[in-house]
Amino acid sequence: MIISVASGKGGTGKTLVATSLALSLKDRELVQLLDCDVEEPDAHIFLKPAIAQREPVCIPVPEVDVQKCTYCGKCAEVCAYHAIAVLKGHVLVFSQLCHGCGACSYLCPEKAISEMGREMGIVEWGNSDKVDFVHGKLTIGEAMPTPVIRKVKEKARHDAVVIIDVSPGTSCPVVESIKDSDFCLLVTEPTPFGLNDLVLAVETVRKLNIPCGVVINRAGVGDRKVEQYCIKENIPVMLTIPMNSGIARFYSKGITLVEGLPNWKKDFIRLFENIGEIVHEGTCSFKR
Amino acid sequence: MKELVVLSGKGGTGKTSIVASFAASAQKKVLADCDVDAADLHLVLKPEIRQDNEFRSGQVAVIDEERCTECGLCQELCRFEAIADFRVNPIFCEGCAFCSHICPVEAIKMEERLSGHWFISDTKYGPLVHARLGIAQENSGKLVATVRQQARAIAKKQDSEYIIIDGPPGTGCPVISSLSGAHLALLVTEPTLSGIHDLERVLGVCRYFSIPALVCINKYDINDRNSQQIENFCLDQGIELAAKIPFDNAVTEAMVLGLPVVEYARNGVCQQIESLWVRVSKSLTK
Repeated sequence: MIISVASGKGGTGKTLVATSLALSLKDRELVQLLDCDVEEPDAHIFLKPAIAQREPVCIPVPEVDVQKCTYCGKCAEVCAYHAIAVLKGHVLVFSQLCHGCGACSYLCPEKAISEMGREMGIVEWGNSDKVDFVHGKLTIGEAMPTPVIRKVKEKARHDAVVIIDVSPGTSCPVVESIKDSDFCLLVTEPTPFGLNDLVLAVETVRKLNIPCGVVINRAGVGDRKVEQYCIKENIPVMLTIPMNSGIARFYSKGITLVEGLPNWKKDFIRLFENIGEIVHEGTCSFKR
Repeated sequence: MKELVVLSGKGGTGKTSIVASFAASAQKKVLADCDVDAADLHLVLKPEIRQDNEFRSGQVAVIDEERCTECGLCQELCRFEAIADFRVNPIFCEGCAFCSHICPVEAIKMEERLSGHWFISDTKYGPLVHARLGIAQENSGKLVATVRQQARAIAKKQDSEYIIIDGPPGTGCPVISSLSGAHLALLVTEPTLSGIHDLERVLGVCRYFSIPALVCINKYDINDRNSQQIENFCLDQGIELAAKIPFDNAVTEAMVLGLPVVEYARNGVCQQIESLWVRVSKSLTK
């Protein structure tokens, strides 16, 4: 089962929920945590995994064999990202613009274009006290996180409960991270910003046909409009975590909620069981 | 005219609350919300939209079912797993057009994609350019570039002194697009280990693009030791620590009322944010 933990707004507590969920389940299930927030990966700060292996993430970018090239301009014509320009006697490749689609090399009439890997990030994996851990890091200055996210997700285990920590927002990196999930937890806070961005996140998961539930973090601050919205939209509020300076202090030190306050473990186990029921019901009604 | 971009790496550190207060404090400015996939600044500035423009960017492949012979070549060659059962899933299509070039029966057309909207609005604090990226759309970097371009045009016309940009979290394409060519970046962080880790990464992005940066610690008193660590880090890196803002519920209360916090309360937080603006504007005019 794949459970992704997302939110429109940043800083609502995705990593707090993802790491605590993983730690709460590790004695009962095979658990794997994938940190897909490759622009700002933070889960390792809390889980402190021993990294066993790392692998660079490369995207295939064109390399032109000038011996074979006739400067016909076909590659530049087919490139949708303007990553190749052909001038008289020169081919210029702007590899940072390249999405690695492969059109240029496939369509070159002289077969003058091969592909080479351009490193744009790294994936690391290991183990943290019975939790399988994988995360990716986008190299500083690189714009495209999706190839790194794809590589992290390739490491997903089929025999485990996979928990995905997602980046904030609603655009391509979020879609790449949450697609194929069985369930998406949307973490929010009860403020106007939290609500505005929750609505966007709900639209995103609905577009992808992923069942979702809400976690309200810092309950007690702000107003009650998030709860009202969830009732109106028939979205279950799966867990409520109160505003509490103790929790905030543990978080600030890189201590997970369930390690700082072990009482919360049972709440996360119940959260997991409730998710399981929703996913199971969904699969049954789908089969029917 | 000087451009300030407010960034943080980590989300939820207080970028938008600070920008909203700058909107109330600064004179002669244009505001730009470049967090186009989860924009919040409008919730405080309450814009009256003057212009609503479609943002068309990139393309999406469409297969003509009548013509398609189901040979499967497009499916085999698409590297974005965007084609299944001889249909394109527009959410996964990256618009590379590879499929349209190789289809042996020319059954695939590329269509322009409506990826969002951008707006020019009036607020009581001055003009605001903002945007809404369509749900699950791409090209947020280009939409950010459009927002900045429009903000510049207005600033030029009105002879504004500042453009104040509310930036997105992260370090990827919309961040780079918000940052490139700006005169100064204000990095808002919080004294948590995640906040510090993400500050280091976003500072790396500023350096990569040679944009000078200032740091501000928000909620500095939730962990004094970590705040000290950030101060030392700034000292080490030769970056000015421009403000330490205390934790205060007034920030959330102001947000609930849809007000910049400097207009809601008169306490430590407001004084810190006001003097932060003074320091930032000094750095900008230096």
